[in-house]
Amino acid sequence: MKYAARRLLHSLFLLAGVSILSFLFADLAPGDFFSEMRLDPGVTGGTVDALRARHGLDRPLPVRYAAWLGSMARGEFGYSLAYNSQVGPLLRQRIPGTLLLTASATLLAWLMAIPLGIWNAARRGTWSDSLIKVSLSVLLSIPELLLAIIFLVIAVETGWLPAGGMHAPGAESLPASDQFRDTLRHLVIPVAVLVLGMLPVLVRHVRSAVADCLDSPFALAARAHGIPRRRRLFRHLLPAALNPLISLFGFSLGTLLSASLLVEVLVGWPGLGPLFLEAIMARDFALVLGVVMSSTTLLITGNLVADLLLYRADPRIRTS
Amino acid sequence: MSFVHHEASHIMKASNLMKASHAMKLSLTLAFLAVLHAAIVFAAFLAPYDYAEQHRDYPFAPPAHLHFTDAAGRFHPRPFVYGVTQDLPGGDYHEDRARPYPIDFFVRGRLFGVSAPGVLFLWGSDGFGRDVFSRVLYGGQISLLTGLVAAFLSLSLGTLLGTLAGFHGGWVDRLLMRGAELFLALPWLYLLLAVRAFLPLHISTTQAFFLLVAIIGTVGWVRPARMVRGVVLSARERGFVLAARGFGASAGYLIRRHILPLTWSVVLTQATVLIPRYILAEVTLSFLGLGVGEPVPSWGNMLAEARQYHTLIAHTWMLAPGLATIPLLLGYLTLADKLLERPGPPDSAHAGAVKI
Repeated sequence: MKYAARRLLHSLFLLAGVSILSFLFADLAPGDFFSEMRLDPGVTGGTVDALRARHGLDRPLPVRYAAWLGSMARGEFGYSLAYNSQVGPLLRQRIPGTLLLTASATLLAWLMAIPLGIWNAARRGTWSDSLIKVSLSVLLSIPELLLAIIFLVIAVETGWLPAGGMHAPGAESLPASDQFRDTLRHLVIPVAVLVLGMLPVLVRHVRSAVADCLDSPFALAARAHGIPRRRRLFRHLLPAALNPLISLFGFSLGTLLSASLLVEVLVGWPGLGPLFLEAIMARDFALVLGVVMSSTTLLITGNLVADLLLYRADPRIRTS
Repeated sequence: MSFVHHEASHIMKASNLMKASHAMKLSLTLAFLAVLHAAIVFAAFLAPYDYAEQHRDYPFAPPAHLHFTDAAGRFHPRPFVYGVTQDLPGGDYHEDRARPYPIDFFVRGRLFGVSAPGVLFLWGSDGFGRDVFSRVLYGGQISLLTGLVAAFLSLSLGTLLGTLAGFHGGWVDRLLMRGAELFLALPWLYLLLAVRAFLPLHISTTQAFFLLVAIIGTVGWVRPARMVRGVVLSARERGFVLAARGFGASAGYLIRRHILPLTWSVVLTQATVLIPRYILAEVTLSFLGLGVGEPVPSWGNMLAEARQYHTLIAHTWMLAPGLATIPLLLGYLTLADKLLERPGPPDSAHAGAVKI
């Protein structure tokens, strides 16, 4: 419990640090939403100054930071000038999309990586091991960008799958089961891209973690006891190999969220990615900061979960 | 006794064999990478056209067919292409058998090309009739250079801060490592885009290039810094460092003479990991319109043109810049693997570093 509290406190500390740093950085940025406006000859300098004052942008930095913290506490996250609304509701619309995508991709990737990695570790040095190793490194060198483009083109050409978005037009009027199936069909391409991007790294780590355990005396003992192979691999070796894998789960989340940003933009998935890009293009700093804080929270929460899982799974951490 | 001796020599032979095969794989990978880099560096010589040269009469011309036998069935040792014509604007191209253009070598300061009314698009042309093959080669210069310079920046920063943290210890170490955690608290692409977001959007190509290099390079200092710090921490307690310190060596001398050489192996391996990652970062940012823009080609902004489905379905060769990244990434990733699994006595994981 004390461990959990300490990790939680650490996460909050990180979040606070990121908020201060990003706010400072946004403040140092040359130009803002209104300076883009000034390019319009119909808008005078006086109007821009008045607008700045109305949105409180002329106040000193600490005051603005405090105001921003307050609005975060209220769930508003500041005011988006481009969307003319609070940032909070915009984020809340988009976070489920990113969560759905990344959670399904994580689940599927690990479900595939664990058996594949164990299978490879058990066949160390054979041709099937080398073949999988080579194909995975080739897969690793194909950028997700390219995979997504190719998949989308195939989808458009064949008409097998919807090419982008999360719902078919008019899906809201369908019964719940059809809506579910519709979303599932839309998930296929982005999830496939993310899984293929993650799989090489995951399989490689599972393989090496299990292979390390295979060499340990307890694995030999289990073998000498005549425990069947499958049971030995999944029941005895996998739990022992779990420690580095849970750490990897934490690390891979950051990569996954990054890949997800790109994939979301490419397939027009209503997640944080497209929102972020729009905010950047419009120089809507409140929205940029909102997305930064959301993605940081997602990653930090994921890492916290990984830490707590590790604590549950590995008695060595509990005793030290 | 002789049995033991035999066994030992057997093991030594096996390990030598492993080393030899490993060294061969390493040199093969290096040679492969060298060829790719040479192709990109000498783009101005290898590419038949300049990256900006437009042939407005040939939008989206398909990849050229090289012919060796003419209509009469005669064999020509020098390949030639036929002139192509388009039935109607936006329509299909077909070859005009009456107009053969032999390929000239070493013309106009370039390796090959065809003379004037003829065109040579090895990988097809884009919407402005620019040669995709030439643009992929030139575009590689931006993408590769970004990767290399940004990686150099990251590694320099990382080595500097990592050595400082590891050698100094105490509050400096704590401060730097806490700062590092803040950089890792954001997903990497979000961090990259966030930093980009706060910098001017509309800038010249040169500015954009330097900006990109600076952002990608500075944002990535954490991983190399952490690894270098680890090496420095363990190096600080090694016998010869303690001995040198005992003889009154200054901190600067210790770092320069004894500690930095030990970090070399980690830095090198990190370089092979960072360069492909940063090439991809450039491709991604330019693809999203936040990096280097037209008319200078980079693999990212070229791919952005292929983003419209209808463009890509009818003109699959527009995918070429994306495909061009694959061999380069594969080369670097293989090199990273080969460096990591370098055989050697297990206790000299760090000592082996000096020998590279």
